[in-house]
Amino acid sequence: MMRFILPFIIFLVLSVFLYKGLGRDTREVPSPLVGKAAPAFVLPLLHEPAQQFSPKDMQGKVWLLNVWASWCGACKDEHPVLMALASQNILPIVGLDYKDKREDGELTLKKAGDPYSLVIADMDGRVGFDYGVYGVPETYVIDKQGMIAYKLIGAVTAENLREKILPLVAELKAK
Amino acid sequence: MIPELGHFSLIIALCLAMVLGVLPILGAARNNQVFMGFARPLAYGQLLFVGLAFSALAHAFMSNDFSVLYVAQHSNSQLPGQYRFAAIWGGHEGSLLLWALFLSVWTAAVAVFSRHLPEEMVARVLGVMGLISVGFILFMLFTSSPFERLLPAAADGRDLNPLLQDPGLVIHPPMLYMGYVGFSVAYAFAISALLGGKLDATWARWSRPWTTVAWVFMTIGIGLGSGWAYYELGWGGWWFWDPVENASFMPWLLGTALIHSLAVTEKRGAFKSWTVLLAIAAFSLSLLGTFLVRSGVLTSVHSFAADPKRGIFILSFLVLVIGASLLLFAWRAPKVGLGGKFDMLSRESLLLSNNVLLSVASASVFIGTLYPLFMDALGYGKLSVGPPYFEAVFVPLMLPMVFMMGLGPLARWKKMAVPDLAQRVKWAFASALVLALLLPLLMGKFLSLESNKWSPMIVLGLLMAFWIIATLFVGLRQRLAGSGSLMTRIRKQSLSYYGMQLAHLGVAFFIVGVTLVKGYETERDVRMNVGDTVAAGGYEFRFNGVTESEGPNYIAGVGHVTVSHDGKIVGELTPEKRQYNVSGMPLTEAAIQTGVFRDLYVSLGEAIPESDGAWAVRVYIKPFIDWIWAGCFLMALGGILAVSDRRYRIHKKPVAKVDSPVVSIQASVPVLPEGAAS
Repeated sequence: MMRFILPFIIFLVLSVFLYKGLGRDTREVPSPLVGKAAPAFVLPLLHEPAQQFSPKDMQGKVWLLNVWASWCGACKDEHPVLMALASQNILPIVGLDYKDKREDGELTLKKAGDPYSLVIADMDGRVGFDYGVYGVPETYVIDKQGMIAYKLIGAVTAENLREKILPLVAELKAK
Repeated sequence: MIPELGHFSLIIALCLAMVLGVLPILGAARNNQVFMGFARPLAYGQLLFVGLAFSALAHAFMSNDFSVLYVAQHSNSQLPGQYRFAAIWGGHEGSLLLWALFLSVWTAAVAVFSRHLPEEMVARVLGVMGLISVGFILFMLFTSSPFERLLPAAADGRDLNPLLQDPGLVIHPPMLYMGYVGFSVAYAFAISALLGGKLDATWARWSRPWTTVAWVFMTIGIGLGSGWAYYELGWGGWWFWDPVENASFMPWLLGTALIHSLAVTEKRGAFKSWTVLLAIAAFSLSLLGTFLVRSGVLTSVHSFAADPKRGIFILSFLVLVIGASLLLFAWRAPKVGLGGKFDMLSRESLLLSNNVLLSVASASVFIGTLYPLFMDALGYGKLSVGPPYFEAVFVPLMLPMVFMMGLGPLARWKKMAVPDLAQRVKWAFASALVLALLLPLLMGKFLSLESNKWSPMIVLGLLMAFWIIATLFVGLRQRLAGSGSLMTRIRKQSLSYYGMQLAHLGVAFFIVGVTLVKGYETERDVRMNVGDTVAAGGYEFRFNGVTESEGPNYIAGVGHVTVSHDGKIVGELTPEKRQYNVSGMPLTEAAIQTGVFRDLYVSLGEAIPESDGAWAVRVYIKPFIDWIWAGCFLMALGGILAVSDRRYRIHKKPVAKVDSPVVSIQASVPVLPEGAAS
């Protein structure tokens, strides 16, 4: 008798695991970069190519590096969230326009609004490569010492902003 | 208006499916002919309305109706017509609709081709399938309607993922889904047999052809998917052990086991409860595959947007369907008597061992696929297992399986003496071994490699393949021995026998392909200036630069590579690097010259900046890789031959004359000679 009920019991145990698995966020992949210094680079700004930006310029500030592109669909989903965040003036948001055409990037921001304190242009994707970008959008929280404190793959939502990013930013700012 | 009609049709189909799921099963339990009589018309009605819903979505795609959210997300006005149609199943909602459509097609097909079955069996089978439909249609209506509007309408759509804009996508998912959903028939038969309490050989006989047809679709679907990955992903690989690939491979393995154990249950009445369990498990894994792909529990290149609400729904559905079936099994199966007895060495024991090996293989793929989930749930952190795990586990399991696969068709039912069987196969084994040992010594010359390469893995692989072929010949010789002209003797064998042999030959082809491509492939990843040449595996590839070209919805850099062998030009290959207009996504389109003995494969990497037209170019020589898909094709063809067998067609006419349908089947099954195979 026992052996006939065994498949059912195995299945029940499995369902518990599947249920637990539902709550897990597969996008939140631990990045080898978390806890390490943000890779250094020097890149021109999108709007004024003559001016350059380097992460060193942000020393002493907690800031957000948001990788986006005009061709990226999910970036349009997170755009309103970033706009709302920008209007609260909590921290500087630096946009990294990844593998894009300059005029397309500028046009997108002109049309939809620009949530960024400044936008840097990574047209050949070399900096994105250093940061291990493998899907756009991606967002990094970088602390006062220039360390990457958190990495999010995929769109920023109001939810993960509220639950993860903003508490972390508050904590980092207090340090 | 039309999308709303589609939505409405889906609601009607849901109502019909609900009635189908209740009335006929109730009728069968109470022996109410009227209730049972509802089963067929309801099955046809359900197909009609799901078909209407599908047509409505197809219309929205073909007419570029971007006021439908799903269309706006997955299509574009520039998208060529055939891909606009294929885009119907390019996303989550549409593929569910395709799934529901196929389920209705299978249900209606059972309704049509079951004239010879007892009424209560038909009622139960259709009823169970109706219940599954209810689950899927509810899922669509509650969480994933493809008919949702986007108001105001988008000016244009976001376009179909470029990876999916390929002839492979037009046919691969439908084939695979036909297979997945097809296992629901075997499942429904098993559940009906459990419900009716009659677990005899007859239900096995009825569900065999259905199972085989589903398995054929699945084999083709998986083969196409693997071929698609080979030429579309640009890495030259043909199988990645990706969770979604595994999701289709697990039910395939169990389906293969099921086909074989059904044969034993039908012929010998043995392992009945095991067969029922396999039928339940094969379909459960199909459902689980859906859960894995749709819920975002595992990450994969194939994943659609993750949505926890959907995950909860499918999980509940899964628990309900599988849990209820397994409880029913636990309740009814103990009452099933044991079947015919058999000895330690007999065809039954060999088939049973193979069944166990296939199930273990399926379980090990399952564990590997869900390992990250288990570890994470238990708090051990996020990690995953890759191809090394699967290869390490899979190959040792396949070794004894292939060995027994050679013996099975030669062994007698019930009882076989070891010396007798050894006597039959000793020459087959000896010749397979000699060939496997010697062939690698000639391979280098044959494939024009710099040197011969002899490795134990290559010999082992070849031994497995030659063993199958050699035993196949032994079997044929045994079968065709006797008097009369050879032609009549060849014709006398049943189609299902040839089907089995052909499918087994397919496995041999498959093993040859896997072994030789792994053992002898050459790969060069080089930076090439215009005019540069690179040598690989006896071939010389000359890079003539990249030109621009424009497709219907993309612009492409087309590389020109001339391939020569011993100074003679073999061909011109034109790999492409495409940039799709709407999504801006780059796509590598490999150029492949296929051949029986080798593929030449060139794909473009990236343009090298600040150079004079230089590119990163990837060049592969893939010996015998097409044998992998030829093997899949032969397996599928074998399945088709097996279901075309006379005994499945024979009931059509005589049925009308006989009173009891059960008698008619038994009378119409031709008497097969001793040792007849599946």
